[in-house]
Amino acid sequence: MSLAGLRQGKPEHAGHGEAGEQPHEVAADIHFAAPFSKENAGMDESVPGGAYNFAYLDEETKRMIRRAILKGIAIPGYQVPFASREMPMPYGWGTGGVQVSAACLTPDDSFKVIDQGADDTTNAVSIRKFFERTAGVETTERTAEATVIQTRHRIPETPLTEGQILVYQVPIPEPLRFLEPRETETRRMHALEDYGLMHVKLYEDIARHGEIATAYAYPVKVEGRYVMDPSPIPKFDNPKMEMAAIQLFGAGREQRIYAIPPYTRVVSLDFEDHPFVAGKAPHDCALCGASDTYLDEIITDDAGSRMYVCSDTDHCATRQEAAA
Amino acid sequence: MTPLLSVQGIRKTYGFRIGCTDVGFDLYPGEVMGIVGESGSGKSTLLSCLAGHLTPDQGSVVFDTRAEGPRDTVTMSEPERRMLGRTDWAFVHQNPRDGLRMSVSAGGNVGERLMAVGARHYGQIRETATDWLGRVEITEDRIDDRPRAFSGGMQQRLQIARNLVSGPRLVFMDEPTGGLDVSVQARLLDLLRGLVREMGLSALIVTHDLAVVRLLAHRLMVMKSGRVVETGLTDQVLDDPQHPYTQLLVSSVLQV
Ligand SMILES: [Zn+2]
Repeated sequence: MSLAGLRQGKPEHAGHGEAGEQPHEVAADIHFAAPFSKENAGMDESVPGGAYNFAYLDEETKRMIRRAILKGIAIPGYQVPFASREMPMPYGWGTGGVQVSAACLTPDDSFKVIDQGADDTTNAVSIRKFFERTAGVETTERTAEATVIQTRHRIPETPLTEGQILVYQVPIPEPLRFLEPRETETRRMHALEDYGLMHVKLYEDIARHGEIATAYAYPVKVEGRYVMDPSPIPKFDNPKMEMAAIQLFGAGREQRIYAIPPYTRVVSLDFEDHPFVAGKAPHDCALCGASDTYLDEIITDDAGSRMYVCSDTDHCATRQEAAA
Repeated sequence: MTPLLSVQGIRKTYGFRIGCTDVGFDLYPGEVMGIVGESGSGKSTLLSCLAGHLTPDQGSVVFDTRAEGPRDTVTMSEPERRMLGRTDWAFVHQNPRDGLRMSVSAGGNVGERLMAVGARHYGQIRETATDWLGRVEITEDRIDDRPRAFSGGMQQRLQIARNLVSGPRLVFMDEPTGGLDVSVQARLLDLLRGLVREMGLSALIVTHDLAVVRLLAHRLMVMKSGRVVETGLTDQVLDDPQHPYTQLLVSSVLQV
């Protein structure tokens, strides 16, 4: 099983990026729509010539992140604090996920980035280019061919396998935050398994909407112990979290990493008389005909005509190719 | 009979200042004890020590637990103490904002303790919440409203329902009628008295208001400068106070 960057003892390729490259050039090459500062770009001064270390972060930082990842894997669902580094991109653009990916990648990896299921959004393209430039890794849009997949808002439709790593970008790691803003208190609740509040949230949902209306970031209990925020994936994806691949979650601004090891029990919280339902739009994909995928609604003309297509663009394209 | 709560030698200091010291008493099932004194007398510090919100420097607070009999709650593990705090114990704060979740509906507030101990049937939780709202005179059509839409007296009644829903055996109350209008206070006291009797609750009520203890408490403990200066049956203490401080307290009420 490839643990990629977790494989200790594998020599790191310092300065794997193009030697002599200046930080602002790399940064300028990442086409982020939001502003970023050159100060954020930083550079590893320990590397001669000012070149980036392999995958941008210096070795000490990567080791620190790997320790956090290993601890996260050892305690599934537990939020491990880590010293998040400034990255040459603003918070909210996946700095947590990028740092986790940087700590996992090896030169042999094949890297895929998806944003809302698509490989071609600005965010996905930027992160993919970032690692092409700083790590020189091969990139792919094929889920099955990727060894490390960084994602925002989706789990790929193609089932992941042993040896793959799925890295989630997480905005708010604390599932109890919305009802209990004090971090000292939420930490104690996790420590004491005091999770009544989580069901209060679901109770409120039903009281107000007649059903559990939470459609994204639907809370789960991991291996019967920690309640965890799965990041803003649709609840449709929740059942997929019991998978063969390693799942790692990185929250940059909040400085937390957590993990789900392969084949871990992940249960979506619910009530006996209001059981969890993954849910899905009552349509088939207009492009590939799939009836079992998460669909995006697309407005096709000014008259408001709409069609439903797979949000996972690689999955949809692969199915269309197979049918052709 | 085993006391429900047996308190011995409680002392809490803040640096050189004494919060409370040398406090001991037994509280028996179904008994309501009033702790009276002026502000700064140490009564609130004492209540916090007894309820596990503060750790006393010395002393023991032995509670007769359902499962294992008498246990010292001071030395018990935090998870155990917390479990007590959401099952057999209840705490009614003076300010309902401290005891309610203001962003959660009345039904959610009442249901939280049920869910905390594993209730997972929405319909049953709601039914119980409805029942409890009724018992504190909040009509069913307010069940989905948030507490900030309630009057002060109604918020306090909601806090009481939220606490009593788990069927606790011991209720700590910190100035439960403080900050309310006199007419609202009277109604709340009537309600509390009814519930205490009906449920056979034991309670510790901290207050500076002798009218509250006159109506609710069987026994009284008078505190001054962190120490207990007089104890006894409520009527006895109020009608025939022995300690000069108690005499002063009682006479100051009579003068009003
Ligand atoms: Zn499709």
